[in-house]
Amino acid sequence: MTRTLEVQESDDMAGDDVAPRSPSAVPPPMPDRRPGRAARREAGRREPAPTAAIEVRIEPADPLLAFLQQTSGPVPIDVLPAQSPAVQSLVEQGAQMVVPLVAAGELVGVVALGPRRSERPYGRNDRRLLDSLARYAAPALRLGQMLREQEREARERERLDQELQIAQLIQQQFLPSELPELGGWHIAAYYKPARAVGGDFYDVIPLEDGRVMVVTGDVTDKGIPAALVMASTTALLRSTAETSSSPGEVLRRVNELLIPQIPANMFVTCLVLVIDLATGRTAFANAGHNLPYVRRDGRVEPLDARGMPLGLLPGSRYDELETVLEPDDVVLLYSDGITEQHDPEGEMFGFERTAGLVAASESGEDLVHRCVAALAAFAAGVEQEDDVTLVTLHRGRGASYQDTVRFAVPSVQGNEREVMDRVAAFVDGVLPAERLENLKTAVSETAMNAIEHGNRSRPELQVEVRVRRTAESVVVDVVDFGRGLTQSPDAPDIDLKLAGVQPARGWGRFLVEQLTDHVEELVVGDRHVVRLVMAVGDGSSPEGDA
Amino acid sequence: MTLSFDVTSDGETEAVVLSGSIDRDAGPQMEAIRSAAGSAAVLELDFSDVDYMNSSGIALLVGLLMRAREVGTTVRATGLTPHYQHIFEITRLNEFMQIVEPAERRGGDHGKP
Repeated sequence: MTRTLEVQESDDMAGDDVAPRSPSAVPPPMPDRRPGRAARREAGRREPAPTAAIEVRIEPADPLLAFLQQTSGPVPIDVLPAQSPAVQSLVEQGAQMVVPLVAAGELVGVVALGPRRSERPYGRNDRRLLDSLARYAAPALRLGQMLREQEREARERERLDQELQIAQLIQQQFLPSELPELGGWHIAAYYKPARAVGGDFYDVIPLEDGRVMVVTGDVTDKGIPAALVMASTTALLRSTAETSSSPGEVLRRVNELLIPQIPANMFVTCLVLVIDLATGRTAFANAGHNLPYVRRDGRVEPLDARGMPLGLLPGSRYDELETVLEPDDVVLLYSDGITEQHDPEGEMFGFERTAGLVAASESGEDLVHRCVAALAAFAAGVEQEDDVTLVTLHRGRGASYQDTVRFAVPSVQGNEREVMDRVAAFVDGVLPAERLENLKTAVSETAMNAIEHGNRSRPELQVEVRVRRTAESVVVDVVDFGRGLTQSPDAPDIDLKLAGVQPARGWGRFLVEQLTDHVEELVVGDRHVVRLVMAVGDGSSPEGDA
Repeated sequence: MTLSFDVTSDGETEAVVLSGSIDRDAGPQMEAIRSAAGSAAVLELDFSDVDYMNSSGIALLVGLLMRAREVGTTVRATGLTPHYQHIFEITRLNEFMQIVEPAERRGGDHGKP
């Protein structure tokens, strides 16, 4: 640190006969690379002194500094080390006496005096007076210096804060300002760049078909260059989502668009999920991003999809996979800022800890809090290494416990009636009478198929039934161990049946489709699920094309 | 509940009052009704006491209709709840069975006992 003592005349201290020419005080040892500039400006603004000011700069290496630090009281000029450039300057300016100002054991300034007005030498009384003056002045000067230093630091902090705020404001333009409340779904997010701005991003994009696209990504690199690539990737994702709702296709197109504009040696990892909020059916594709974790039925598993990061290879293609997020499932999307953070001993946070947090979470919000707290505790005293982004999806707070029922029946013919009655009892009052009757028949038909075809009427196999009622809909899942309909037969036609061209049977699936608002079939693991959805309230009556 | 039925005849119309469920298990009863109807001019099915009908039952009704068409019997349905009327519409069974409002029947001589 350079350290310069700048000594100059101070009018404040002039005016008695002790300091006829110029008791020159002030500025402090400045722990600054531009010492004394402000002080000199200040001096320049002052009224010209009646006599020339004594101005002295003491460089850090000047032996005068060491000398004065070991001295107390006024010192005649001829006692000072003659080889000191500052002393030579003082002599040239006619200084006769120097008074170090020491406070708290530190040299905070120097008073340099020229000859007395009477032109007599300084006497013992003068020295005593100067000595006690210095004792009073030094602490006051030190206080002033400290206040000025604090002010300067505060101003600097403010400037940095402002820059940070502006940078973050710019970045926030590309991050969702608020997360949508999606009927019965909860999205929570956390974003903390390692620097003022970062290369991580996330987005929630409502699609034309009513589904929602959730995106997270990570630009290799940090700071402004990453933030710029992040901004253009986010914009490309948004505009591509307007014309495609397929995650794999969106990634493929954004990759092609990004390649011509991304700087060399940079690329973007990106994960895209497209969620049907009504059914939980979720398509996803991945361009080299961390695999998200999903917690379902107390187990945590990754949603495994892999692909080339964006911006590297033209012609990259992205596999599209599918899962169903059930009520109470929690999904964590995260950047490697969490998994690759080190603790003070150099250990990484890692995937296992992250998955453990997902397992313990009670909700999406809760999961974000847990992750942030766990990461802070893990990396206490260690610098944040990379941007941290967390996005959680939690399905079905809306469907709280009393709004969901699950039961199972053995695969015995006739049990479809029991399934029908139990579902009806559970949703009683939720649907208008006629729509309830429609649902009952549809449930019965679906359960019958599950018993007879899915589970082949094997009593040891259960047909599982899950019913949820929310503000928007009633959803009934009927689960069996079959493989679903082997391509459904021709739509039943009464003319053909009466003519003996079609068998008399084969109405079941047709009735289910006609009587509900929505039917879908899913295969989840070794289970086959038929999902019936009825809108609550005055939903369109499925009159069909009778 | 298994299906039971009660047939009354006025020489022209065979009136069948159905009671219970028309499902897979109703096959023998449907066969019996088909025999009872023989070649009557009109077969009238009263569904007022039918508490449940499913696609298997509809298949049985289709079978009954096929036979009726063969012998030139007109089939009527009465006592259908709005829900089963709806199902008869979407399956187009109503195009081959005349749907008669239950009130009309009950007002007449052939109401249920």
